[in-house]
Amino acid sequence: MQRRLERLDRGIKVRAEDVFALCSWREMLYLLSPRLIPILGFLVLPLVLSNYWQKVLLSVAVFALLALSWDVLAQTGMISLGQALFFGLGAYCSGILNHAFGFHPLLALPAATILGGLMSTAFLLPVLRLRGIYFSMVTLIIPLMLVRIVEATKIFGGTEGLSGITPLPSKWVELYLIVAVLLAALFGLRRLMNSDYGLVLKAIRDNDRSVTNAGINIYWFKAQALFIAGSIAALAGAFMTHVYMFVGMPVFALDYSILPIAAAVVGGPGTLAGSVLGAVILVPLSEALRGIGGLRIVFYGCFLVVFIVGLPEGIFHYIQRKYHQFERWVEVE
Amino acid sequence: MGAGTILRVNSLFKNFGGIQAITDLSFDLAQGELLGLIGPNGSGKTTAVNLITGFVKPSKGEITYRGRSIAGMAPYKIVRLGISRTFQMVKPFYQLPAYKNMIIPLYSPRAGQLAGGRFGDRDAVALDYLEDVGFERDSNVAYKSASVLPQGYLKRLELAKAMALKPDLVILDELFSGLSLAEVASIIPIIEKLRAEGKTIIMIEHRLKELFRIADRVVVLNYGRKIADGPPGLVTQTEEVRKAYLGAED
Repeated sequence: MQRRLERLDRGIKVRAEDVFALCSWREMLYLLSPRLIPILGFLVLPLVLSNYWQKVLLSVAVFALLALSWDVLAQTGMISLGQALFFGLGAYCSGILNHAFGFHPLLALPAATILGGLMSTAFLLPVLRLRGIYFSMVTLIIPLMLVRIVEATKIFGGTEGLSGITPLPSKWVELYLIVAVLLAALFGLRRLMNSDYGLVLKAIRDNDRSVTNAGINIYWFKAQALFIAGSIAALAGAFMTHVYMFVGMPVFALDYSILPIAAAVVGGPGTLAGSVLGAVILVPLSEALRGIGGLRIVFYGCFLVVFIVGLPEGIFHYIQRKYHQFERWVEVE
Repeated sequence: MGAGTILRVNSLFKNFGGIQAITDLSFDLAQGELLGLIGPNGSGKTTAVNLITGFVKPSKGEITYRGRSIAGMAPYKIVRLGISRTFQMVKPFYQLPAYKNMIIPLYSPRAGQLAGGRFGDRDAVALDYLEDVGFERDSNVAYKSASVLPQGYLKRLELAKAMALKPDLVILDELFSGLSLAEVASIIPIIEKLRAEGKTIIMIEHRLKELFRIADRVVVLNYGRKIADGPPGLVTQTEEVRKAYLGAED
């Protein structure tokens, strides 16, 4: 007699998909609480955190946006190793608009979002036909090239960067602006990727010939996905420019490319929510480990390995499964 | 070009490196005709279809669809002109239910224009198309994940995806391969219905018995060359065709 683990949907999940969801508090809460927890969490956290941890929260939100952007691209079949490109372009756009043209931060931010998105798309447009690792390598190289160009030609302040950039009006505007952007991006993108449009994007990843065969120009759709993802990451970069009141070569650093991937992979790729969850875990963890000095990276690395080996599906998938399903052992012949 | 000609292939060549996949292929296709494209393995049938649908660019030669040259055109543009095809290897989106697989063709501009506006309920339209190819409406088979569907239904799904684009010319690449006799028997009426609707069809097929029952004309390829062209009954009596299929005995 062998045993097999059987997974079944919880009764409440099945009921909540039906009309019961509208007439019972329990079912309504079952549907609402996974959505309310992040919303309330992000709205309350700025009020209860100390000054230092408020800064960490900014960092969490920025890396969560970068991870969301990475996940959108990954779901379209484009594995980016260069989120720093989008981040840096947004950061420089906002910095230059403010420094050279005197744009108010609240005007520079949206402008840099659009400009950064457009420039990111333009940079990668020639390589949209590349697939898999070939596309990834190009995304890895371009930000590294841009750093050297800034250094060699001394444009935009060269190695010194641009300092004295106008900050956002207040700490609270900073905090709630980025939290609002993050929540809007999370729920907006989740809705987008579950729509028919999102289905087409995901189909390009799975079988691009089949999508082409439906009379759809996949390069046009890939360019759109690139613009969406690029804009989100550019917004994160532009935001950090105004937080640091500085923009320089470090915005193209590898950290901005690698950490978002770690966040998305630990959290659960393909869900978007997992990207945010991953950033919420990894960024504060990295901060908390600062106390132990040089061994920080070792501990951080061990943590990543343990998570990826232990929960290869990602934390979000695991939680989601436990929330919706129960498991039991059944005997099979 | 005759008045009823929908597709003309004129001295088409394709080589992959040193391999001559298609050599001097020419044929005309009349509106409403059902053409069988047969030949031994590796004879260039699928390459010919890939050339017509734009997935492979010809080395030389002309392909004219409704008087318009389509050789070397991007595949998605060719689909928009009204040529759609199925693939030999069905590769649906396995994690999605069958009817959600239909969203991709229904999202295309061509289907959008023809199905009455871009913002209609695609799910409902998808179920209509699936019913046409034999996904019974009163069963839940259209809602099942593509990963659990038997091969027969996957082939039907592939056919429905092609039909959702409302093509004038349909190219079926080995629709019958991997199907049981019963499954083939149940798909043949669907193809006959398409013919009654006036669709022009090209079928690549290895199941000659079934193909010859429905084809008007057969083109036989061997090593990338056309070795016979004519009604099914006559073509099989040609010596060259017998040699190609049964092996030469000289």
